[in-house]
Amino acid sequence: MTETTNWEPKIIAFLCNWCSYAGADLAGVSRFQYPPNIRIVRVPCSGRVSENMIMSALKSGADGILVSGCHPGDCHYISGNYFARRRFALLSNLLDFIGIESGRVNFSWVSASEGEQFAEVVQSVTERVKALGPATRLVKKIDALETELLIA
Amino acid sequence: MPTINKRISEEIRAQARKLLEEGEVAAVLGYGAGSLPMTVKPLVVRNPEDCSKLIWNTFCVLNLANYLPAALKSVEPPRGPRDPKPEGPLPKVAILVTGCWSRNIVVQIQEHQVARDRVVVMGVGSRGMVSRRKVAALFPGLEILAVKEGDHELVVQGADFAETINRWSVVRDNCQSCTHPDPVLVDVRIGEPVSERKNPNPFMQVDAIEQKTGDERWAWFTAEFATCIRCYACRNACPLCYCPTCFVDDAKPQWVGKSLDAVDTGLFHILRAYHCAGRCTDCGTCETVCPMGINMRMLTKKLNKDVLNLYNIEAGMEPDAPLPLTTYTMDDPEKFIATEVTPVPGAVKEGK
Repeated sequence: MTETTNWEPKIIAFLCNWCSYAGADLAGVSRFQYPPNIRIVRVPCSGRVSENMIMSALKSGADGILVSGCHPGDCHYISGNYFARRRFALLSNLLDFIGIESGRVNFSWVSASEGEQFAEVVQSVTERVKALGPATRLVKKIDALETELLIA
Repeated sequence: MPTINKRISEEIRAQARKLLEEGEVAAVLGYGAGSLPMTVKPLVVRNPEDCSKLIWNTFCVLNLANYLPAALKSVEPPRGPRDPKPEGPLPKVAILVTGCWSRNIVVQIQEHQVARDRVVVMGVGSRGMVSRRKVAALFPGLEILAVKEGDHELVVQGADFAETINRWSVVRDNCQSCTHPDPVLVDVRIGEPVSERKNPNPFMQVDAIEQKTGDERWAWFTAEFATCIRCYACRNACPLCYCPTCFVDDAKPQWVGKSLDAVDTGLFHILRAYHCAGRCTDCGTCETVCPMGINMRMLTKKLNKDVLNLYNIEAGMEPDAPLPLTTYTMDDPEKFIATEVTPVPGAVKEGK
């Protein structure tokens, strides 16, 4: 199957505006190489990322998720990432509990000055997702025939 | 000698009548007899003469805390959305609670859904409630017409049979693994207080699933939730679910599809359970009301276990404490963060 041989994972990255997004920017400006598999969604704070967004991305066929925010103590909104940390800890355990492969949904802290670390995080996340292969669990398959009928 | 539950019923009627006659409360939330064997229905009593309709038995499985915010609203004098709050204290409502339901009321107080000074809590120590499904499973193919209740045994009667079964053997799973059967809030005590149970491991069922491999857990998850018909009974019976617009009803963006697609039902159950994280008291109502017999309680129980292990919080134990997800500490565990190296046990973490 050509699909699997040429397959490249699609990874949705939720990056906080103040740290990780700036970190990604710095990685680009400093010309650090990292795999082009991530699709960045800029969010105001890692505390803004709700479980609905993460699950919705998985449902829509994302092979991997990366949520990245400021290091604890560095949040632009003082405490957003502390709240996020509690929520993500529970979510990541729950997803593991129902059998979503660990490595599909990833969390990290990357500051605005850590361009190189950002490249490393994307590198390692991409490798992990590639090793897992295309996502099949919780991916909603839309019936081709049904879609055709809807369009017609 | 009357059974424990008969005596409790009498006491509930007497106390409810007293509260209503004295004008202390405007309504009493309790249970009335159901129309089928092994069922009860929630009952709001507003007149002292109706107090004789109140009952208490081993099948009181619906969580009354679910009806409390609406009951409080119903006794307020009618007013428009922009009208000012009436002068003076608003009427009170009395509610029957056991351990888990009282903790639900504590969560409602913490979340400002219920005002503590408007609720009169009639506390009953729970002896565990019987699962109708477990009883029916013992008599496959037979119709149960009546169940007579003793303190430790049930007499199940059908058209041509009558059998005595042990009560504890058909008590719901969540009651069997309960550690706080006595209410944490009590204004009017009904019956004798029951002591805390020292369960060897309240999370036994969750541990059994955790020990499986990832593929086996996924197989368990898909099989367990495959029969869901999306009736939302689990959500509607839950005292924690009071959002005016539920995430399943959101259309733009539509987080969860409305179909019976396995992914949609799976996502519904994951997100529903996740929204109860740190708030669920394991009252078991979701599982009890499910027409398909899905054990969705495993997901909330898993979250309860994590909240207890990671943050040392049990939902609804202290009205003044913050909810686990509305607070934080500087050194919350973050082993799951990819950029954090797992700290060496015992090593002192330096501040940044």
